[in-house]
Amino acid sequence: MRPARPHLLAAAVAAVLTLAACGGGASTAAPASQAPAPTDTTLVLYNAQHEEVGQAWADAFTAKTGITVDVRNGSDFDLANQIVAEGAASPADVFITENSPAMSLVSGKGLFSPVDAATTAQVPAQYSSSKGDWVGIAARSTVFVYNPTTLPDDQLPKSIMDLAKPEWKDKYGVSPSGADFQAIVSAVYLLKGDAEGAAWLQGVKDNARIYRGNSTIMKAANSGEVPGGVIYHYYWYGDQADGGANSSATKLEFFGNQDPGAFLSVSGGGVLASSKHAAQAQQFLAFMTGVEGQQILSDGTAMEYSIGSGVAPNPKLKPLADLQAPTVDPNALNGPQIVAEMQRVGLL
Amino acid sequence: MISRVAASTGFRYPPLRLAVALAVAALTAVPLLYVLATAIAVGPAGVVELLWRPRVADLLRNTVVLVLLGTSACMVVGIGAAWLVERTTLPGRPVWTGLMAAPLAVPAFVNSVGWYSVLPRFDGLSAAVTVTTLSYYPLVYLPVAAALRGIDPAFEELSRSLGVGPWRTFARVVLPQVRPALLGGALLVGLHLLAEFGALQALRFDTFTTAIYDQFQSTFNGAGATMLAGVLVVLCLVLLAGEAWAVGHVRISRIGSGAVRPAAPQRLGAGTVPAAGALALLAVLALGVPLGCLASWLVTSTSVAFPLVELTSTTAASLGLGILGALATSALALPVAWLAVRRRSTLTTVIERVTYVGNSLPGIVVALALITAGIRFVPALYQTTAMLITAYAVLFMPRAMVSLRATLAQIPPDLDDVARSLGVGPADVLARVTVPLMARGVGTGAALVFLAVVTELTSTLLLAPIGTQTLATRFWSESSALHYGAAAPYALLMIVLSAPGAYLLTRRSRQAVS
Repeated sequence: MRPARPHLLAAAVAAVLTLAACGGGASTAAPASQAPAPTDTTLVLYNAQHEEVGQAWADAFTAKTGITVDVRNGSDFDLANQIVAEGAASPADVFITENSPAMSLVSGKGLFSPVDAATTAQVPAQYSSSKGDWVGIAARSTVFVYNPTTLPDDQLPKSIMDLAKPEWKDKYGVSPSGADFQAIVSAVYLLKGDAEGAAWLQGVKDNARIYRGNSTIMKAANSGEVPGGVIYHYYWYGDQADGGANSSATKLEFFGNQDPGAFLSVSGGGVLASSKHAAQAQQFLAFMTGVEGQQILSDGTAMEYSIGSGVAPNPKLKPLADLQAPTVDPNALNGPQIVAEMQRVGLL
Repeated sequence: MISRVAASTGFRYPPLRLAVALAVAALTAVPLLYVLATAIAVGPAGVVELLWRPRVADLLRNTVVLVLLGTSACMVVGIGAAWLVERTTLPGRPVWTGLMAAPLAVPAFVNSVGWYSVLPRFDGLSAAVTVTTLSYYPLVYLPVAAALRGIDPAFEELSRSLGVGPWRTFARVVLPQVRPALLGGALLVGLHLLAEFGALQALRFDTFTTAIYDQFQSTFNGAGATMLAGVLVVLCLVLLAGEAWAVGHVRISRIGSGAVRPAAPQRLGAGTVPAAGALALLAVLALGVPLGCLASWLVTSTSVAFPLVELTSTTAASLGLGILGALATSALALPVAWLAVRRRSTLTTVIERVTYVGNSLPGIVVALALITAGIRFVPALYQTTAMLITAYAVLFMPRAMVSLRATLAQIPPDLDDVARSLGVGPADVLARVTVPLMARGVGTGAALVFLAVVTELTSTLLLAPIGTQTLATRFWSESSALHYGAAAPYALLMIVLSAPGAYLLTRRSRQAVS
């Protein structure tokens, strides 16, 4: 009885792995049904954007050019730290993120190569690295989500700066551990100066209820646990599109008026300096920021703003021009100073 | 004892086993070395600056309290459930065995979101202890249940026949015999609590591990995060030393494994209903809440979808990786556990203890350590299935180790000597005598590793061959894109996959008994 079991087990493992390999192969290879691409033109995309966004771009690019794109998914800082750890041996050709600070991390280590001028020209300059080593591929707006039953429309904050005032104690949630909120803090410091920024941050520390993650804040506002909170717009639109179970009782307030609270966070894309297929990688980045790539984003369900090649964002969103977002250099965001400040007041 | 060892082999340590054990220890030490190397690079002044902050004191207090309370609660719940299921007349033992083990297959993130949905104001320490206990008590339950099945009821019968009551018999006869299993399980819980992130995500309770994730989110602070991980290593060493001290040197094995027979179950009588009620309540809290959360996603979400091909291929991938991970981890743990139990010394204890460190560190730290080492030293293996399986072994070795160790301690070494005296070679003794007798422990350990692999996320994302999709990675992708309805089937399948693991456990035990 005993000798038979290992063989059975080994056979089961082999069968299962074969099945897994077939399944995986079929799902990734399916879109590339045209002429088989030579092996030296397979790109590797490290995708920290939502999987559906990165995969849709990869599939459309393959359909157009015949260049296969293998996608590795992960979160912004997992993949950014992985690229840094891999160094020159990184298998990645292209890296795209949800927010710009992860791009700054890789950029700061000098691991990106310059973006082709034609690609840079497709994206308004305020959405790209001033060093020219990555470009914006999408954007998300800061918003104030609130529950009108506990926070009537006429009592809303006029500016994100109001949230440091004593009357806002325990009335809103923030997620200081996320890169999202750190970028918002950076924007406040950049736009209002260090002294006013520090006073505001101390007020937020005193007033805000601390959550981990934008979805958690939105759910808390929806359940009435907290009247409002600072999040990014697409969590709300995405949940509305998915049935609204976590947002149906809430509304969004856009600060506008070049307020730091109207800050627009940029998702970035760049080509790794270590890429062995630099030309094709640049071509892929040009495609993502071009009309076709941006139209895919606008047509999809990600609810992020398209920002390149003049493509209008998803019509369900408040138009980009109406956001009246402040102008902020993405490379200046979320630096060591902001982290130190947040540690100083005890938010990190 | 000494003369027995000397007589049975020319070496204090069988050289092949020692060599393999040293290699395993070196492998599992990679995250530890990574943390040390970062500390050296930062320098002593930097280390002090990064660690000597009020925030670190808060984190230290939170982490220590969570580990103490969570581990104690898991021990009480785990041993209580194991005794009720294994040693009483409670009906439906196979069902309970499966139900009690199943919470291990619930992704921690689902559990914490589930609790958050039911009780949005339930947060802080009490919530953290409750939710982590419901997630991790099976780590105590499973080894203790296996040990309860393996002990000779003759001692208890003797104790009872001498007029000792059932409670004192349990405390003075049964408990000492399951002590290695109990302490091993408690050690696993403690290590997991040090590294826990997912379950604490929505509960507003900060520990070193949540702070490490926060630091990694802060662009320029990889060194700060790794320094916090250094504190975790120290806490882990404290746990390891504490457990080693508590296990002590008692010999609990007995001659004649072949004589194992089921103990006469404790009659519950009127206590049957309350006992069944307690276990049912446990199952509802540990499984019902997350399952209810998944069900509500399926009902309210408009993204609900059951893509059959993808569900099948990801299930197959999770199953394959889980089985490979379980086999590889058990195989690597075996020589280490054997040396630690059969040739106990400072050297073998250190080798064994080193293999636990990876389990106490956040997944991202272990993954970055393996990336850093892997791409430099074995670039050909980088992001291959072999590397991913290695990562699983580094992460989950303790789950196999504590089970193997506890079982080995119950098997009398004299049986090896008898086999040797009959002319069987040392390797054959291991293969034909020791391992078959250990089947129960091997099965438990392998099942524990399997369940961990199925829900593992970070290393799978970063180290798997590109294009690999598992249930856990698909669940993560869909839920982070806010498609909760599309995410739910993957989480449900993860829970369903735990059934074979639980089945394996019950099957093994029946074979051992019959």
